[in-house]
Amino acid sequence: MIRIPCPFCGTRDHSEFTYGGDGTIEYPALDAPKEDWHDAVFLRDNVCGMQLETWHHVHGCRMWLLVERDTLTHEIHSVRPAHPGLAAMFETDQEAGE
Amino acid sequence: MTARRLDKGGRIDRSAPVDFTWDGKTLSGYAGDTLASALMANGERVLGRSFKYHRSRGIMSAGVEESGAIVTVGEGARREPNVKATVQELYGGLCASGQNSWPNVRFDLGAVSGLFSRFFAAGFYYKTFMGLPPFEWGHGTGLWMQYEKLIRKAAGMGTASREPDPDCYDHVHAFCDVLVVGSGPAGLQAALTAAQAGRDVLLVEQDFELGGDYLNDPGAEMQRLELINAVKGAGVRVMIRTTAFGLYDHGVAGLLEKVTDHLANLDPQMPRQRFWTVRAGATILATGALERSFAFENNDHPGVMTAAAARVYLNRYGILPGQKIVISTTNDSVYAAAAELAAAGADVIVADFREEAGVGLPDGVTILNGVAPLKVLGRSGVKRVDLAKHTNGSWVPAGKETCDLLLVSGGWSPVVNLSSHRGAKPVWNASQACFLPGTTSEPIFHAGSSAGIWDREDCEVAGQRAARQAIGENKKSSQPGGWKTPIRPLYEVRLPNQQTKAFVDFQHDVTGDDVRLANQEGFVSVEHLKRYTTLGMATDQGKMGNIIGLALMADALGKDIPDVGTTRFRPPYTPVAIGALAGRNVAAHFKPLRRTPLHDWNLRHGATMTEAGLWHRPWYFARNGEGIDEAYVREAATVRKSVGICDVSSLGKIAVQGPDAAEFLNRVYSNGFAKLPVGKARYGIMLRDDGMVMDDGTTWRLADTEFLTTTTTTNAGKVMVRFEELLQTRWPDLKVHVSSVSDQWAGVSIAGPKSRETIAACLEHGADISNEALPFMGVSRVTLSGGVEALIARISFSGELAYELYVQAGYGDAMMDLLWHAAETRGGCLYGLEALGTLRIEKGHVTGAELDGRVTIDDTGLGKMASTKKPFIGSSLRQRPELLREDRPQLVGIFPKDRSQRFKGGSLLCDADTVTGFGEGWVTGVTHSPALGHWIGIGYISGGAEAWKERPAVAADPVRSGNVDVEIVSPHMFDPTGERMHG
Repeated sequence: MIRIPCPFCGTRDHSEFTYGGDGTIEYPALDAPKEDWHDAVFLRDNVCGMQLETWHHVHGCRMWLLVERDTLTHEIHSVRPAHPGLAAMFETDQEAGE
Repeated sequence: MTARRLDKGGRIDRSAPVDFTWDGKTLSGYAGDTLASALMANGERVLGRSFKYHRSRGIMSAGVEESGAIVTVGEGARREPNVKATVQELYGGLCASGQNSWPNVRFDLGAVSGLFSRFFAAGFYYKTFMGLPPFEWGHGTGLWMQYEKLIRKAAGMGTASREPDPDCYDHVHAFCDVLVVGSGPAGLQAALTAAQAGRDVLLVEQDFELGGDYLNDPGAEMQRLELINAVKGAGVRVMIRTTAFGLYDHGVAGLLEKVTDHLANLDPQMPRQRFWTVRAGATILATGALERSFAFENNDHPGVMTAAAARVYLNRYGILPGQKIVISTTNDSVYAAAAELAAAGADVIVADFREEAGVGLPDGVTILNGVAPLKVLGRSGVKRVDLAKHTNGSWVPAGKETCDLLLVSGGWSPVVNLSSHRGAKPVWNASQACFLPGTTSEPIFHAGSSAGIWDREDCEVAGQRAARQAIGENKKSSQPGGWKTPIRPLYEVRLPNQQTKAFVDFQHDVTGDDVRLANQEGFVSVEHLKRYTTLGMATDQGKMGNIIGLALMADALGKDIPDVGTTRFRPPYTPVAIGALAGRNVAAHFKPLRRTPLHDWNLRHGATMTEAGLWHRPWYFARNGEGIDEAYVREAATVRKSVGICDVSSLGKIAVQGPDAAEFLNRVYSNGFAKLPVGKARYGIMLRDDGMVMDDGTTWRLADTEFLTTTTTTNAGKVMVRFEELLQTRWPDLKVHVSSVSDQWAGVSIAGPKSRETIAACLEHGADISNEALPFMGVSRVTLSGGVEALIARISFSGELAYELYVQAGYGDAMMDLLWHAAETRGGCLYGLEALGTLRIEKGHVTGAELDGRVTIDDTGLGKMASTKKPFIGSSLRQRPELLREDRPQLVGIFPKDRSQRFKGGSLLCDADTVTGFGEGWVTGVTHSPALGHWIGIGYISGGAEAWKERPAVAADPVRSGNVDVEIVSPHMFDPTGERMHG
């Protein structure tokens, strides 16, 4: 059982979360050609090592998170809100704290 | 073995005798005994029968590594097989019996299988499955399944009760800074050091007493008690009868606490066991080491056991396990036992495989150097042991000794299992002849003999050091070792070219010859060896035998042990009952039950409920002894004739609010929502990114920036998650807030030509829901008689004039009382899911059975709904060529050709000429249609209704009711123009 430090709730068991998927995907515009959408939806790297992925704290704060996790060791390198605005707020808070 | 209880000594309470039964016979032991020690004191020697050959087995150890005294404990629903008698505490009335034998373990007819043992060698199962040579007789699955039954009956390890488990089990969660596993010299010191440094420490011990190796040494009792007091005084939380059975990621440990397994009188308030999930900052493994045997002929006979076990039975249980004892050793560890056994009155000979003993010879003990046991004689006990010595590369006989007990110490194997769970690969240490714990970057630290440290004082220091490491104060750990004279490794004693029954894995009857046979047949990888011979795959995971097997494999390959490697240990360290894993999540608590706000109201009005996912929903409302078939047909007919009321509260409901709410819905749904006027509802279909249909439902615009979106019951959670994902990860610029309000509303559908007047009769005076005030797809706020505020929308799933009416969940009963009174006086009815299904199938409306994740919006016949003026999720990928093929299965209606016939859901739709294979389509739902007067169905078929206009089709159901000729029709089977719902 891995444990994920949720920036909103603290460290919680992974059973509170659901796995989303590849966190590096940049989804194309809705009207982008189907080739672009094909690549975004179907092409995935099978990463051995550190991977950026999305997790949803579904039984907690219901926030989507971007998690850097080592697929070999389950070591979690970083967790931040997936929403870029919230992530920026967290960074500002941290800088102010330092 | 002529064991006898001594008059004094041991940790048992001689003033508290305890009666128990063994194979129906009443015996007596003392409080503080284990089942094994009590049986030993009563002179019982044969306690078990082996897995394949049904050989007599007795007590081999005094702990969890036991491979001989494996018994069944308890009766009836509490019968538990494969209990190790060596760790089962004795209690009054304990009822134990031998297993894998008939009529009993002392005289077992199954032992004849030993005569055929050459047929049961390694790979027997696989070879038999391939057929018997020379012509592969019996090849294939059919015959195998026949003799598998016989094999299963002959082999095995006892039988579990078939009755429901009467006990309950708890799940507990805990946290600590430092988890210490094991309470021996190293563990107690580690816990004390960490607690004194201010850490929150949890100490767990699988035994029923704290102390580990201290318990086997009467001289250490004062030290033990002082240390335990200090540990408790320092605030360490101590748990006994608790096994750390597995280590997992991020410091998580699984513990099993046996709460009542040692009690005669069960407290019904107490769980039998507790399953603990502990999150530890650091973990110290002071798990000790297990003494191992080596292979020689008949090394499994009752009366052969480890030297350490004899010391335990003498010092903890006050039993002298034999009178004439031969102790065979390869290392220093047996000499304390030899001295104590001699002092207790036994004749003791130490056969030390090393040419010189490392420790001073105790009084009254004879020593033979350079020899090891070759063979044990005696049928159900030991009568004589033949010795051999190793000269010039081979073994030669070297005398014989009469004895009644043979103690063996082939070396010590540190318990590295738990760190191996974390992927720390054990490392072979040649000078200590054992695997030592591997390294890991996780905060897991071994201490004491589990790190290959043999001297007690060194173990204590190692415990302190491990604690300092665990709290980040020290990086140095103790070095392994501690014997005065080095161990002389020994794995097998065998005369050249002699085939013997020399066991490597006692539980699974794997012999040295089996290992060599596997090698000869090409299973040279240790992982293959394990699977082919089942070495180490018994309930003990090879705690005693694995290393012997690896050593013999290495020898056969001409390699060193580290080059052969070892298999990875997996949790659990000792068996865990399924009941403990399940905890309280059994029976009705296996999954949560969801009730709608109208649940009790429905039951009071005669509903028969059915499960829909986690929900309980009304299935049908039987009247006057109706069955389901009569009830649903009547209900569906009543809806079409007058009015019916149906609980739809389980539909997912999501409040979508904010300035960009309309834009958000416009991107999510395939049809347009940007221009939906306030006070209007719209049916929408949303797709996944890959262009397949995800869900459907209606969305009501309550205000400019406020929408209420409904989803299907099944996908309520999924759609909410999807909305959150889109808003947080993909379109963070949209100013939209979503919240689930599924549980906040009680909702009903009121359908039928008299629905309008039924509702009107329930509203406050002056409320207008006429066709002009509330047209088709209109949404409005109304007040019910008595003042309850409600939302009303004129939407129809049934194809009739119909409304959905929502009130706050707490007012559900009040709404139903009003509506039901008005409907009943108009000849209306309550209807359930079955009639709902009938009405929607008649109309060709889709549900989860049709939207199964494999269909496009075009497949459902609703492709024209998808907007061509705006992009939306899935709009790109739904244009993939494969998804645009005309011969894709498309939604159709199905009539039986002979209208008096019926067909079944799940049937395959085939061309009438080629009723074979997967067919051309499938039936997703059927019903008897009161409106049409015959059975109808809905489903998918290649090319859709147009392609099958003139083509005869068959609904094929070969394994149930057979094939039925059908006609493929438009899915809109009733009122295709929709006059009724617009009226």
